[in-house]
Amino acid sequence: MEQHILTLLIFLPAVGAVALMLLPIRSGQASGGSLAVTAVSLVFAVAELGLALVAWSGISPGMRGFQFRVQADWIPDLRVRYDVGVDGLSLMLVLLTAFLTLLAVVYSTRVERRAREYMVFLLVLESAMVGVFCALDLVLFYVFWELVLIPMYFLIGIWGHERRVYAAVKFFIFTFAGSVLMLVGIVYLYVQTGSFSLVDMTTVGSPAAQGLAAIPARSLMWLYAAFALAFMVKVPLLPFHTWLPDAHVEAPTAGSVILAGVLLKMGVYGFIRFCLPLFPAQMAASAPLFLAISVAGIIYGAIVAAIQPDMKKLVAYSSVSHMGVVMLGVFSFTELGLAGSVIQSINHGVSTGMLFFLVGMLYERRHTREIAAFGGIRRVLPLLSALFMLAAFSSAALPLTNGFVGEYLVLQGAYLSDHSGPVYAAFAALGMILSATYMLWLFQRAFCGPVRHEANASLSDLGAREKLVLIPLAALVLWFGCYPTPWLRMAQRIELAVLPGPVRSAESNALTHWAPPREAQP
Amino acid sequence: MSEIPIAPLVWAIPGLPLIGFVLNMLWGGRIVRLFGDARGRGIVGGLATLTVFGAFAVSVVALSQLLGLDPEHRRALASLIPFAERVPWIVIGSVSVHFSALIDPLSVLMCLIVTGVGGLIHLYATGYMADDRDYPRFFAYFNLFIFAMLVLCLGESLLLMFVGWEGVGLCSYLLISFWYDDEGNARAGNKAFIVNRIGDVGFMLGMLTVLAAFGTLSFRTEAGTGVLDLAAQGRTAAGPLTVGLASLICGLLFVGACGKSAQFPLHVWLPDAMAGPTPVSALIHAATMVTAGVVMVSRMSVLFVQAPTVLLVVAAIGLFTALFAATIALTQTDIKKVLAYSTVSQLGFMFLGCGAAAFGAAMFHVTTHAFFKALLFLGAGSVIHGLSGEQDMRRMGGLRRHMKVTYWTMLIGWAAISGFPGLAGYWSKDAILGLSSGMVPAGMVFYLVGTFTAFLTGFYMTRLMAKTFWSESRTDRHGHDPHESPPSMLIPLIVLAILSVVGGWLGTPWANAFERFLEPSLPEVVVAEGHGGIPHGLGLVIGALVAIAAMATGVLAYRRAPGCELLSDAAKRSNPLYRGANALWGVDGAATAVFVRGGGRVAELISTWIDRRLIDGLVNAVAVVTGFASEIARGVQTGYVRFYVKTMLAGVLAILAYALLSAGAR
Repeated sequence: MEQHILTLLIFLPAVGAVALMLLPIRSGQASGGSLAVTAVSLVFAVAELGLALVAWSGISPGMRGFQFRVQADWIPDLRVRYDVGVDGLSLMLVLLTAFLTLLAVVYSTRVERRAREYMVFLLVLESAMVGVFCALDLVLFYVFWELVLIPMYFLIGIWGHERRVYAAVKFFIFTFAGSVLMLVGIVYLYVQTGSFSLVDMTTVGSPAAQGLAAIPARSLMWLYAAFALAFMVKVPLLPFHTWLPDAHVEAPTAGSVILAGVLLKMGVYGFIRFCLPLFPAQMAASAPLFLAISVAGIIYGAIVAAIQPDMKKLVAYSSVSHMGVVMLGVFSFTELGLAGSVIQSINHGVSTGMLFFLVGMLYERRHTREIAAFGGIRRVLPLLSALFMLAAFSSAALPLTNGFVGEYLVLQGAYLSDHSGPVYAAFAALGMILSATYMLWLFQRAFCGPVRHEANASLSDLGAREKLVLIPLAALVLWFGCYPTPWLRMAQRIELAVLPGPVRSAESNALTHWAPPREAQP
Repeated sequence: MSEIPIAPLVWAIPGLPLIGFVLNMLWGGRIVRLFGDARGRGIVGGLATLTVFGAFAVSVVALSQLLGLDPEHRRALASLIPFAERVPWIVIGSVSVHFSALIDPLSVLMCLIVTGVGGLIHLYATGYMADDRDYPRFFAYFNLFIFAMLVLCLGESLLLMFVGWEGVGLCSYLLISFWYDDEGNARAGNKAFIVNRIGDVGFMLGMLTVLAAFGTLSFRTEAGTGVLDLAAQGRTAAGPLTVGLASLICGLLFVGACGKSAQFPLHVWLPDAMAGPTPVSALIHAATMVTAGVVMVSRMSVLFVQAPTVLLVVAAIGLFTALFAATIALTQTDIKKVLAYSTVSQLGFMFLGCGAAAFGAAMFHVTTHAFFKALLFLGAGSVIHGLSGEQDMRRMGGLRRHMKVTYWTMLIGWAAISGFPGLAGYWSKDAILGLSSGMVPAGMVFYLVGTFTAFLTGFYMTRLMAKTFWSESRTDRHGHDPHESPPSMLIPLIVLAILSVVGGWLGTPWANAFERFLEPSLPEVVVAEGHGGIPHGLGLVIGALVAIAAMATGVLAYRRAPGCELLSDAAKRSNPLYRGANALWGVDGAATAVFVRGGGRVAELISTWIDRRLIDGLVNAVAVVTGFASEIARGVQTGYVRFYVKTMLAGVLAILAYALLSAGAR
């Protein structure tokens, strides 16, 4: 099993989706049918998380290279291969995916309209996301990358709110337009290197690596731009972020959680997994631009978040701000910054996922997300309010919550970096003030003061299903915050990534053990 | 580094209050329901109080063991996690932070203050909060605060100090907005947290710079490679410690200190913080948390003495804040607001001491101030309690007859803060003023302005006493008579009153046991006493005279004042000084206008114009153009087969023609 664990991880949810479709129930059938749907999707989601944990326990920090690697021919004529493997980075993201999907399934057991399709899309989405994080073949990666769009498109378009079709189309077109050029880039790389394999292209002396090295610098820059565009739309970086608030506001709760928790991380993952090994020099050259829009995004996202009248939109814009922190870490090209951005990616999934769940729970109770429609509900909903406060402070990076560890490491990395330096760190640190501002202001308006609306006076506090979703997240907030050591070890295990420029790492580890024959000799 | 036997138990100092927090947070409400209201509350409050006194007991043992060592060896590391050595928190690359404590005179002193005064205030709160419906939540937060403050004091590295630093900010937020049913309280809590965060950015950047320069965040290490170890030798990890680098680090850290310790212009949050219950004001916003800035500067004093310009700025900001806040305190009518501005002013004195490199004197004032300001706040709380919630001094007066214990203890607090000879405030304030007179440049300016501020202190405190206790009663008697508070509230008052008298005797100029004790934690370079400044004896005489003069002037002025008001309403309206001070010198108004309203406007503009109109407008424009293009393209899709056939034919002909022509050309 050890050998095929990744294949299992990738396809198990899809098998679950097929099983759901084959369930002998008619749509619209009463509770018996939906119980079966719930049971099947829960079984598969739990099994997936279990598998991810097995994989996690099977990898040790001392190991070098991709683990659980499986290679097989897929389209031999084109040398497209089924090539999967994981390192610390991808395994953390796989674990996050499995964890958040399980919570999303638990949360969504209340969905009544077309419940079976809903779960099918969630499970297909999970397969695609896990595939993205495991694929080492560029075509395979691209297939999974685009496959993610389809279930998400339907989740937003069918189960979304009022303007769901607009949001779904906008989401699709934005991210699809971004990634089409990446396909062109992949094909061009194939033409030049004769391979789709990331590992081949980065193995010193291999024909593929020589082909890569022979590509003129200008073409490499265009290639890098094609990849970077796809990734930065996904992250999203300024000014490609406007699909995000719309998609979030219209998406059903579980969709928002997955969107913020996992989909945005695919962009970060793309930069670290593909751009750093393939185009380190180009990345370094583009660093001033990316650092500027990352830091601008931190401040811009926070400012715009502060005045949103809609809670979900507020959380969505806060994601823009947080992802700015993550990208600042990536483009600091330091061990600290990179580990910090990996940690911050995971933590953003936990905190923002928690916030989206909480907003969804408020929406279920009042059928509105307008902040002004609430007020004083802390007295009515003490447990929900306490957990909201925890999530808010974790989002505002309070020490001993998960948000702090990543943010501090990114700031420290950015400060030490030759590429960014103290000035960028200083501007990014302003996010500390702004994040506290928008989160506390939201909390004040929605939760404090007297109960202003009659409808809020009789709301009921968290039920068992909701506790089941929130308490694991709350536990992770504190665990990551107080004892991040296991995650920090994993976050340092990033294969192939090349840090351009002087590396300040104490020991030469996976980050530096390979240097590409990049610049062609004159 | 030394070994002390208590080291394996040091975790209990912050650990016990943390346990109290967890128990009360999770099960406090259940305990109250299970054991009935009175007994349940007794258990909840008793548990919270006992954990703090337990921490106090461990701190006392640590003190005694520290005193058993030679002064230069009074330094030990201990784990903050029970039954484990050096548990890592963030260890990666050049960052290596463990959950460890640095036990030295400075940290032990702060532990004693926090747990000692804190324990007394916990006891007081069991009486003060007795009828509050959120009693368990209050004590949970209170314990959490003690935990965070102790982490701040004990942490062996800047990052761990930052944990406590932000932790106390969190607790301050939680407790200011404790009565959140009033949105104004929630707003005050937000203001406190956000203004503190402004300072925290300074702390954070200072910390990032420290790691970049020294390669570590630990204060002291076994190997002598800690930040303070290196700085004491005038070097960094890579080379000599330049004045510029030291100034950068200290300047940034001082921004943090200004936020936490409410120094101008970041003082604006502290008066609003009085929205919290009075025990909170006493513990957090007077005795302990707000002194964290002074503690941090003293902790980093080895660096600060190598940044003379920053020291001058520290002294100047401290002095200005002291004077500025004292003038405002003269005009406030809310008894807690007077004490709040008084606290801001006294913190200014402490920073004046730091700026004069008199860190020992500054820490001495931290200590004595904790005694008498906690006493004054608790006394004020007793008054408010006795008047069923009244805080406006215009509706008090004559209370000395109704609240004997409160009155007599407050009287001692009044004398102590005014600097009456022999009491706690006298020794510590005069130590600061005397040393500031030796500062270069402008020592005499610092001394004279500081002394004038000391005079104002005596005067506004006399005003408070007159309006509250001495004058004719102005209480509206619709309810019952003012009543004295229960013993749980009076015992802390009595203990603090005793400390406010004797607490200063540890640090008399003749036998300064206090500063000798702290010496191992502070830099060796201390301004030579009396160097260019006024002589000791003279300073003490002047201090005594100024205090007595201020108190006497106040007593005489208010004895004759009708309705206990010195100025008539007309005079208040016309007097620009009064109006300015009463309007808080415009700082709060300006800050609100610029940051709250202005910031909101800017955010609104950005959101509307850049996000929605510009960026999304472009996106939609692209969509429109695409749509338009496809409208044109759709014209071709006629659906008639004959049209397609003709078009195809035309295409084939065109290609053939092109092929023939190009062949012909070749």
